[in-house]
Amino acid sequence: MTTTVTTGDGIAARAVDVWKVYGSGEAQVIALHGVSVELERGHFTAIMGPSGSGKSTLMHTLAGLDSVTRGEIFVGDTRLTGMSDGALTNLRRTKVGFIFQQFNLLPTLTAEENILLPLSIAGRKADPAWYDTVIKTVGLSDRLGHRPSQLSGGQQQRVACARALVSRPEVIFADEPTGNLDSRSGAEVLSFLRNSVREFGQTIVMVTHDPNAASYADRVIFLADGRIVDELREPTAEAVLDKLKNLDKVPGDLAGEVA
Amino acid sequence: MLRATLKSLLARKLRLTLSTVAVVLSVMFVSGSLVLTDTLGRTFDNLFANIYTYTDVEVSAKSQIQQQGNGPGNSSTFPASTVDRVAKLDGVAKATGQVFLNGAMPVGRNNKIVINQSGQQFGANWVGEDQFVKLAEGRAPSADDEVVINKGLSKAANYKLGDSMDVITRDRERSTYKIVGLTQYTGGRDSMVGESTVFFTTAKAQKSMLGATDEFNTIDVKAAPGVSDEQLRDTIKAELGDGFVVQTGKELSEESGEAIKNVLKYFNYVLLGFGAVALLVGVFLILNTFSIIVAQRTKELALLRAMGAARGQVLRSVLLEAVIIGVVGSVFGFLVGLGLGAAGAFLFVGLADGAQVAGLGFPVSAIVASFVIGIGVTMIAALMPAIKASRVAPIAAMHESATPDRPLTRLTVTGTVITAAAIGALVWGLAGAGDATLALVFGGVLGILIGVALLTPIVSRPLVAGLGSLFSWTVPGKLGRRNSARNPRRTAITAGAVMIGIAIVTAISTIFTSLSTALGDTVAKDLQADLVVLGQQTSEIPPVVTPQELQRITALPEAKTVAAFTVDAVQIDGKPDYVLSYLDPAAGVSVLKLKADQGRIDRLEQGEFTVDKKTAENRKLKLGDTIDVTFAKGPQKTLKLVGITAESAIGGGIVIDYADAQTGFAFPQPWQVYVAVQDGASVTTVKAAVNDILEDNPQVQAYTKDEYVKSSQQSFNIALVIVQVLLLIALAISVLGVINTLLLSVIERTRELGMLRAVGLRRSQTWLMVTTESVVITVFGTVLGLAVGVGLGAAIVTALKDVLGFGAVTLPWGLMIAYFLASMVVGGVAGLIPSIRAVRLNVLGAISYE
Repeated sequence: MTTTVTTGDGIAARAVDVWKVYGSGEAQVIALHGVSVELERGHFTAIMGPSGSGKSTLMHTLAGLDSVTRGEIFVGDTRLTGMSDGALTNLRRTKVGFIFQQFNLLPTLTAEENILLPLSIAGRKADPAWYDTVIKTVGLSDRLGHRPSQLSGGQQQRVACARALVSRPEVIFADEPTGNLDSRSGAEVLSFLRNSVREFGQTIVMVTHDPNAASYADRVIFLADGRIVDELREPTAEAVLDKLKNLDKVPGDLAGEVA
Repeated sequence: MLRATLKSLLARKLRLTLSTVAVVLSVMFVSGSLVLTDTLGRTFDNLFANIYTYTDVEVSAKSQIQQQGNGPGNSSTFPASTVDRVAKLDGVAKATGQVFLNGAMPVGRNNKIVINQSGQQFGANWVGEDQFVKLAEGRAPSADDEVVINKGLSKAANYKLGDSMDVITRDRERSTYKIVGLTQYTGGRDSMVGESTVFFTTAKAQKSMLGATDEFNTIDVKAAPGVSDEQLRDTIKAELGDGFVVQTGKELSEESGEAIKNVLKYFNYVLLGFGAVALLVGVFLILNTFSIIVAQRTKELALLRAMGAARGQVLRSVLLEAVIIGVVGSVFGFLVGLGLGAAGAFLFVGLADGAQVAGLGFPVSAIVASFVIGIGVTMIAALMPAIKASRVAPIAAMHESATPDRPLTRLTVTGTVITAAAIGALVWGLAGAGDATLALVFGGVLGILIGVALLTPIVSRPLVAGLGSLFSWTVPGKLGRRNSARNPRRTAITAGAVMIGIAIVTAISTIFTSLSTALGDTVAKDLQADLVVLGQQTSEIPPVVTPQELQRITALPEAKTVAAFTVDAVQIDGKPDYVLSYLDPAAGVSVLKLKADQGRIDRLEQGEFTVDKKTAENRKLKLGDTIDVTFAKGPQKTLKLVGITAESAIGGGIVIDYADAQTGFAFPQPWQVYVAVQDGASVTTVKAAVNDILEDNPQVQAYTKDEYVKSSQQSFNIALVIVQVLLLIALAISVLGVINTLLLSVIERTRELGMLRAVGLRRSQTWLMVTTESVVITVFGTVLGLAVGVGLGAAIVTALKDVLGFGAVTLPWGLMIAYFLASMVVGGVAGLIPSIRAVRLNVLGAISYE
């Protein structure tokens, strides 16, 4: 069930008119307002927006971690909407990789065991050549036997990246992967993510609020009040910052939905 | 601070419920057993007060042998003239000579003795109705073959007025009687405590129950108007002198009540023992809960400290939680115990139909014990975690994770010291330390349990890894195993609770199994008989074989050797003891495979006795020495030692001549008969023949050697069943601990679980992971408990070799395997609630941190 990662065009994941509503009546909160977005295969996409803009919700729904109130989610050709927990688990095993801000690794396992965890949970074996490539790329060859507590934050996050990569998922979702790191370690992780897109054609979707981190992406999507309000290709940190400032000035109900 | 404490209590409902349940269970046993004993005690007090309401003064002859209480059991008699002497005294309105004693066994329609739970089968002379006894139907007995029985017996055995009934009287005669009357007691009761009473004519009662003519064993004396019971008692005492016991109705009722209470006391000890085990395991659970609560609250406590709370305030806030749990647990435990105790009393008294349970009491002892134990235990268990809580540094509020585990060195050293000291105490105690023996043994056992519990964390590392590898064939299993090794202290304290219960039960089982096996082995090896004739003792009166029956058994052509023995309580040199007697010492020696160590043992003359070597050594008896023996009947005798038997496990004790036994014993007939059949004869055929002979004796029956061995092991099996109940209690409490620990683990590892689910762990795999952890902890505790238990049991059996006569240790393998398997199931069950929680975990909620 190994998904071949191609560098060609195509859509790795998409949301079609997705609504996400929490609560009801007075307490109702609309987190996503009919969002439609396509995430190209082999690209590094960043999702940005102020707190409460719905960026994390969007990512979670795209990753199949959260259900949608209305609309449809696809990962590759698979429609996630309405899938059972078992089917979603299967999808996460084969098509999706995750990198979280923290608590990424199991403290009881070594770095190597952590990297291989998703595969061993699914009862699969790693492709040795690919595994070596990944290990070499993250630069952890000499740290494989260490426990997470013996690794620095940056190293831990690189182990998490390797874990996400090793099963060659359709798309990797990274939720503020550098949020807990110092700037140097953060830069290392981000370069590594960008390289894996460039060199291996891996699709990565990253949620961040850091313009500098977003500048590593090929494309930045801006969310505000549950709507996609803008986007930027080949961003620089300054350009991202400018856009964000604009977002702050312009109130949320800007009707620019980006396809 | 108080508000903060209460709020945090409420926020941890589930965990607090679990530890409260632990307190409730522990307290429940203590209060339940106290309430039960109190209620039963008062029930019997009322009962005896009822029985003796209409008795002013009762006179009986002083027994030579101190039996359990005086009264009905006393077979010492006095001539009818004594009654006349009493009747003539001033202040006596009426003196009635009575025959009233245990030992009139009614034979049921199925040719079996009609037994009752009270163990009392009274035979009496009919002296007419009085305030206490009324004829409900029929008339008084007027001929020797007529009897009046109490209605309780008539109902139990389904005999009606006019029916014929067989009764075996104290003289061992079985005769048929016609029932001419049925009695009821005051208040329309069919019996007082379920006992049976057969009233004969006075002459017949004297002959059959006392074996005498014109004699009685009690006098019921009514006081003349204006004379108090006490005055009357003193007058009679002065007249009759030292040979008689004269008591007022009040004294009798008190004395009987005391006797019952002494029996109840032992019953109470057993229940309190259960309570103690429940408490011990409960301490672990409470300790565990509070450690967990403190660990969870570290940040909160640190925040309080950072905001200026003093150490003492933090300490007090944790202890306050403990007090609240202790109070709530004690209240519930006391109430549940009250209910259980009352229910137990109804059940208990219900067996002895007819008696009325005294009203529910609130014994002060139970209330005090419940609250002292409940609150005290909770406080003690919470003290260590509370101190730990007070040491939380304010800076801990800023740290992300809880402080790492401290090294186990101190714990291990303490554990080693305690274990070593406890083993020392145990060895010393078992080697015999006089008065301190019991304290040393108990202290040793307790110390070993605590010491091993302290050592559990250090042992847990290799052991849990080893055990866990059994489950590591799946990834979730491996994860679960690793999780269980993550926090050795927590795993250890959880497993420690399991360990204690299993260790205690295994130790007791080992002792019983060893005894049972040794007994069986010895009997199988040393008993040279193919058949054993004996009966189940259902009252104070032993089941015996009549001399006629014995003669017919001996006459059987297939019987090679027939040995019969009888036994009775006596006083030797003023001290209570017992002696045996063989009808034919040679046959006894042959059947029991006895060898002479010194002198002759196969023949005894009147005035002689033999003894086994060990008893001889203990009492420093040499050939030719004499002892003074006071028998139940007849005068004191001086006996001379003529032979010493070599050591034997089944043929010990002092053996006297059969003729001496016939004159002195209360029941001189043979209690047991051993039959060795001729070579080539069929044991089954002989057994049938013997049982034919015994057809008219419903008390006894012939058993093959195998059956005999099994039946003598029966009591051990019953004890083992009771021990299993104990195990259930202990396990139930420790399971709460496992649930508690795992729930905490699941909560603590919420994010981890979320991550695992995010990277593809199925719900079933999540369940497997949590369950593995649960099973590993439980099995670890069980294995440890089995090891400690076997060690303790084996040590005690070995040490008591001299006392018990056999020192071979037999391990209860079947039970141990059952415990092991059960622990897996229990672990699985305990893992259910935490698993459900882990499985239901919202992945998104677990990983989001905004």
